[in-house]
Parts: sequence; C-alpha cells; structure tokens
Amino acid sequence: MGWTIDREKCLKCGACVSVCPFLALELKDDGIKIDRNKCTLCGICEKVCPVGAIKVNKGGKSAR
Amino acid sequence: MEQLRLIKVGRVLDKEYDVVVVGGGPGGSSTAKTLADKGLRVALFEKRPSIGSEKRCAEGLSIGSIKIIEDIFGKVPKKCFARMINGAIVYAPNGKNVLVDFGKDAGAIMERKIFDKWLAMQASKAGAYVQSKTEVYDVIKEGNSVRGVMINFEGKKYEIRSKVVVAADGVESTVARKAGLNTTNKLINIDSGYQYEMSNLKLKDSKKIEIFMGNEIAPRGYVWIFPKGKDVANVGIGIAMSKKPARYYLDKFIEENPKIFSESSIIEVNSGGIPVGGFLENMVMDGLVVVGDAAHQVNPIHGGGMKEATIAGNIAGEVIYRAIKKNNMSILKKYNKLWWKERGKHLRKVERLREVVEKLSDDELNKLADVLKGEDLIEFSRGERLLKLGKILIKNPDLIQLAKKLM
Repeated sequence: MGWTIDREKCLKCGACVSVCPFLALELKDDGIKIDRNKCTLCGICEKVCPVGAIKVNKGGKSAR
Repeated sequence: MEQLRLIKVGRVLDKEYDVVVVGGGPGGSSTAKTLADKGLRVALFEKRPSIGSEKRCAEGLSIGSIKIIEDIFGKVPKKCFARMINGAIVYAPNGKNVLVDFGKDAGAIMERKIFDKWLAMQASKAGAYVQSKTEVYDVIKEGNSVRGVMINFEGKKYEIRSKVVVAADGVESTVARKAGLNTTNKLINIDSGYQYEMSNLKLKDSKKIEIFMGNEIAPRGYVWIFPKGKDVANVGIGIAMSKKPARYYLDKFIEENPKIFSESSIIEVNSGGIPVGGFLENMVMDGLVVVGDAAHQVNPIHGGGMKEATIAGNIAGEVIYRAIKKNNMSILKKYNKLWWKERGKHLRKVERLREVVEKLSDDELNKLADVLKGEDLIEFSRGERLLKLGKILIKNPDLIQLAKKLM
C-alpha cells in the first residue's frame, strides 16, 4: 500500500492538491508532499494529475 | 509598531496589516488594489519567485472582459497583449467546422508573465506591500476567527497579523481549507489541464482561436489553439473524468495533426487543475474571504478565470473595507450575497449548460455543428439565450433531448 510520485514527470501544478478531500497534499518548492497520516489512499489525486505522475497502490507491497 | 525587513532595501514589512492577501494572480491583485485605493493597509504575498509565471492558463480574454479589468486597474498597456483575436473556428469530431468571424478585434491572447506583474504593480502603486517568493504556510486562528498568517521567506518564518485574510491562492485553495472553510472541489468539477506554448506552427488563421471537440480528442472537454503570434500559440487541453491523463490526449492530437505541428517546437510546458463548477454558497468566515480559483470562480464552459477573479476581488475589496471601517466582521457575509447576485447566478446557468454539453456523443456534436451558425455558437459559449438555442435545436429530431435540457 502507498503511492509513487514520478518527480521527473511532475510539473508542480497543484491539480492534485485541489481535489484532496483530506488536505494531505502540499505543493512545496521541490514538489508535491503527501502527509501519510492524512492520506487515505482514495486515489483522487491520481485521477486528476494531467501528466500521470501519481500512482496510488491500494493493496500489496509498499510502493513508497 | 514592530517592523521586519525581508531584504535590506525597499519597503519595511509591518507585523500587522488591515488585510493580508494570499496570492499574486488577478484575484489577489484586484482585491489588494481595491483596498489600497481606499487607504487600507494591505500586504500581498506570492509564493512563487515571479508573479505570473509559469502560467496555468491559455491567456485568452474577450474585449468585454478586458474593459471590466480596466475599470478596476486602468488602461492595460500594450506590452501585456501577445495578439489580438477576431474570431474562432470550432471543429466538430468529424472535422467539420463552424466559423465565428467578428470582422474586428474581439479579444486578445495575453502575455501573463507581463500582465500579472503589471496588475500586481498597480496594487503596489496604490499602496499595497507586495512580496513574491513568500509562502503563506498557515493561518493564525483565535477560536473560530482568522487573525493573520504565518509566512516563510527563505526559510525564515514570520507571523503577520491582520483583521482580514484574503485567500486568493489559486486552485489548490489551501489557505481557506487550513482555516477550516471546506473549499475542496469535487473531482467532477476539476478539469485536468495540460498545455504547450509552441512555436513554428502552421496556423490556419493566426487571428482566430481554434477549438477541437470530440470524445476521442478530449473527453468531456476540448483542445484549444490560442495564437500568440503568427506561428506561436498556446496549444492545450482540458478534460475531466478520464482514465488517461490530459497529456496523453494532447500529444495524440498533435501527432494526428502534422499539417499544423510537423515543424513545431515546444517552448513552454504548463499544467494545472481548472475548476469548472461547484460554486460555493459560503466563501467567508470571521476574518477570511476566498477569491478566484480558490473559490472555484471560473466560467465552467470555457474555463476562463481572469475576469471572474478580478470582479470577485473587487467585490471582496468593497465588502472588506466596509467591515473594517464599521469594525464588524459579520459584514463580510455580504460578499456571498453580492457575488452570487453579480456572478454566481449567471455562472450556475453556464454550469448547467456544461453538464449538458460534456455528455454529448460525437454524433450529437457533429449534428450540432451542422445546425448552429457562428452567432449561435457565441451565445452558446457565453451561456446566453439558451431558450433561443433550444428552439433551433428542437427542430432537429436527433437534438430534441439536448433542446429540452436548454429550455
């Protein structure tokens, strides 16, 4: 369980931040930060990412 | 009053302001200018090192929108405009197009890295303290009231107090949400936007914007070409609820149109979320007002937000001024009422129209292109005279369902 952010693909646009219902994502100078205590792995951020840089893995081995 | 200096020259940053504005886009600058013009003490913070870049925008404005912006900011200088536009070409999925020709300048593609800076300069000229490269990372709360912000400048943290905080921090809308006002938009109301600024294009008519519709081209959205010069344009896409990312569809479109793109280069890459609905009944709490993309104040059909943010910022400025002068924060609630009266009612109608349009099949879109003339399309895109449109469409048996939704 977890997520991966492809830092090479990410354009730091913040689309994912705007849809996160749990305010678990933040846009920092060096990219997107996910607060693992707030994240519920709902996957909404993955769906809105314009470049497909976020992958949420709801089961199985940790992808972080 | 205690004062801070972020850098050794220039204005001193106070520890207390009447109003702190978060975000240096059109919404933030409009609010800051309106308030500073009235003599209030305003500080505006922008997270990024450069106001206006990188853009998350196709940069188009109609002449009407430019006039509204000029009512607040004064005459916009020429350097802010990349190219004047006199019409549009809208393509149905089968390639058939509808031409909209105004025969004169009807809009412009702006250069936002110049335009946004110019807007912020007008706020600064009016008396606002403007500081870029300064992140607002939290709000100061006392009970249920917002009383200021925490800022981070080059790793140093400062507390800046204010009577009101304006959250004009864009689509992420983190300031309002940290303050406890739920502005999270639904996934269905956020378009995924992706764009290249491209050069060396072979444009059909570089004085017209081009719009390409179709569920294979851009599911629940469209591809746009907004010319910034004879062979330069913003080429972008906005889509919703798609399995594949926006970038996939834009790259596919470019590959499938070698006539336009075979010799082109990419000179800038942009992406972002575009709010296209989900207007908020309440955009206010004690000591906080939300403006622009952060409050989803965007036209749901074309996704443009510069005009909406500017108007909302002006309304917010007027209301905040009254609240502070009368020392009564409950006056801030009038912002909801005024915005809904001036913009919200209309935009909600446009949102309903979008809900209809985005569900159209390619067949229906093709038939629409057969039936509609350029003039109809202009009204359609503005969400005006929908009843008249319904009457045109209802004559076509295949479009009766759509007609009924408009009437």
